[in-house]
Amino acid sequence: MPITVNRVSVPVVVDDEKCIADKGCRVCIEVCPLDVLRINPASGKAHMRYDECWYCLPCEKDCPTGAVTVNIPYLLR
Amino acid sequence: MDDSLQRIEYDLVVIGGGTAGPMAAVTAKLRNPALKVLLLEKADVHRSGAICMGMDGLNNAVIPGHATPEQYVREITVANDGIVEQSSLLAYAERSSGMIRQLDGWGVQFQKTGSGDYDVRKVHHLGEYVLPMPQGHNVKKILYRQLKRARVEIENRYQATRLLKDADGRIAGVFAVSTRTEQTLLIKTGAVILATGAAGRLGLPASGYLFGTYENPTNSGDGHAMAYHAGAELANLECFQINPLIKDYNGPACAYVTSPLGGYTANAHGQRFIRCDYWSGQMMLEFHHELEGGNGPVFLKLDHLAEDTIAEIERVLHTNERPSRGRFHERRGTDYREQMVEMHISEIGFCSGHSASGIWIDRHGRTTVPGLYAAGDAASVPHNYMLGAFVYGAICGESAIDDLAAGRAGTPDEDEIAAEFERANQALRVADGIPPGQMEYKIRRLVNDYLQPPKITRKMQIGLERFEEIREELPGLSAADPHERLRALEVHSILDCAEMAARASLYRQESRWGLYHLRVDHPQRDDDNWFAHSMLYKDAQGRMVSRKRPVEPYVIPIEERERDAYRRLRVEVGAAH
Ligand SMILES: Cc1cc2nc3c(=O)[nH]c(=O)nc-3n(C[C@H](O)[C@H](O)[C@H](O)COP(=O)(O)OP(=O)(O)OC[C@H]3O[C@@H](n4cnc5c(N)ncnc54)[C@H](O)[C@@H]3O)c2cc1C
Ligand code: SF4
Ligand code: SF4
Repeated sequence: MPITVNRVSVPVVVDDEKCIADKGCRVCIEVCPLDVLRINPASGKAHMRYDECWYCLPCEKDCPTGAVTVNIPYLLR
Repeated sequence: MDDSLQRIEYDLVVIGGGTAGPMAAVTAKLRNPALKVLLLEKADVHRSGAICMGMDGLNNAVIPGHATPEQYVREITVANDGIVEQSSLLAYAERSSGMIRQLDGWGVQFQKTGSGDYDVRKVHHLGEYVLPMPQGHNVKKILYRQLKRARVEIENRYQATRLLKDADGRIAGVFAVSTRTEQTLLIKTGAVILATGAAGRLGLPASGYLFGTYENPTNSGDGHAMAYHAGAELANLECFQINPLIKDYNGPACAYVTSPLGGYTANAHGQRFIRCDYWSGQMMLEFHHELEGGNGPVFLKLDHLAEDTIAEIERVLHTNERPSRGRFHERRGTDYREQMVEMHISEIGFCSGHSASGIWIDRHGRTTVPGLYAAGDAASVPHNYMLGAFVYGAICGESAIDDLAAGRAGTPDEDEIAAEFERANQALRVADGIPPGQMEYKIRRLVNDYLQPPKITRKMQIGLERFEEIREELPGLSAADPHERLRALEVHSILDCAEMAARASLYRQESRWGLYHLRVDHPQRDDDNWFAHSMLYKDAQGRMVSRKRPVEPYVIPIEERERDAYRRLRVEVGAAH
């Protein structure tokens, strides 16, 4: 069967101003247990690539510049 | 097979770098530093597993002066309706306080009294075993330091998918896939320790998110599936894990933190309805009755506590373990001072940490397959929690090293390797098919519809038929990238676990463990026929079958008056508070 892509709201917000991925930082991507963060090819900054979050917070706690905010996912609020 | 299969060799492979795994690897390496030990982790060892953000307390500390190993063994025997291997409980209990001292020496901070004693609290029905860790957020950092010091080699972002055996049936290798590239890995080895945690993605949370589970969602039951396919026996899988939790947030409400400080589980009238907040199947059954009855739903009650007690509870619960719960309450405007916190019950899973089911091990951590060991939530020692994962991790590390000295496996079977290479890469080759998330949703919805207790025979049979249909659809799974391949292979494990859950539940024709195995059409406990472990395994024809294993004679006798302690949990009306 053919496949399509649906739009969804995701809980992790990265502040592009603060993110230093352009200097080589990958901390949030490395620590995320669910492996759902990647570099956004459009901005060169980290972003949530897959909607598979456990809202566990290592990404936010370990980011050296405080660029990451994890919100409670919409359906759980 | 092409260049994407890389071949390497280690003396010992530990699968899962969460809690039990790092302890197993460090212990093994210290026991024989000459051997090559690999720790394989699906995520990154820095922040992996149930304790990725630390832990707020030990639930089962057996510390002289507060509890004795014998007393602990009695408590857990009674809480599990008698179906336990007491020798393995005792092996844990006897090493419990030594492990606390070892962790203390590594820098893990436990709460102490003014005189420097461990500040143990009472939550269980009979004894005192809860030791708070208000500074427990850095456990993973401390474990990582020990892994480096012991020179354990680590491969992060590899998912183990199958165990391979030699011609004599000994464990001889591990097949693994990269979660970020198309690479696959064949690791030849003499021994494997499974520390892959709970099967936490079995039931479906009502939230609409596949990953909003109670358990760490990387624990998708791969270890249970790998052990099964390698021929190992799994014990008492019908004794599901079902936990009390904060509704919607789906994280622990943490009665163990709040109960010693005066918090308790209450009904809609703010009344206590269970005598003790220690989790058991019976406790969950009372919880279920209250939830569904006219006095429901169920709440965590803290609003009667003093301001500094509540501030302390907030500090612990909102910085450790599942710190996002503070954020959840804040958005909803829930203040512990003003409102009770609505609670619910979790989806089902397999988890010996909180319940009793898993890959069968003896008191040395050995499974029924030579060269294969298991520890933590994946293994069968009941109510093991975090400290049990550490203790059995250490026990497995020691046993594996000692057994390696006595003999080694040959080479893994090449046909098995080729078959696994095909299975592991299949989804990447399917362009138009079923995305893993969709198939996973379908399996887990069926798990909720047909397996969630109370269990009904005909429903479970229908569930099995549906699982069989889905099994035929597995080759149609489509993965767009290596990340989706990881998810696709997790779907294989989830389906295996769903089938195991159904077959194990059908096998035991009685009700036991309160809500965990409540069979509506076999409502009574039947000690004459079912006072035994149920063991599920793959027979010589490849069929999933079960057998009984007698409960070994108790090493610690249970007195008559203790036997039913956990059956008398309900608070009689009028006797509350
Ligand atoms: C929310 C929560 C709260 C808890 N609170 C407490 C508490 O207060 N006190 C207490 O004592 N206990 C508590 N527990 C229980 C305790 O945390 C667990 O029993 C213990 O940590 C389990 O350890 P483990 O090593 O078995 O599993 P984990 O620590 O979860 O480790 C399993 C690891 O295996 C990895 N893995 C899985 N599959 C594969 C694969 N195929 N290949 C490679 N790696 C794989 C996973 O990524 C994970 O890192 C809690 C558990 C949870 C989930
Ligand atoms: S850790 Fe922070 S700075 Fe580094 S890549 Fe992630 S968001 Fe950017
Ligand atoms: S909250 Fe946890 S699962 Fe979600 S992106 Fe951050 S580290 Fe990953």
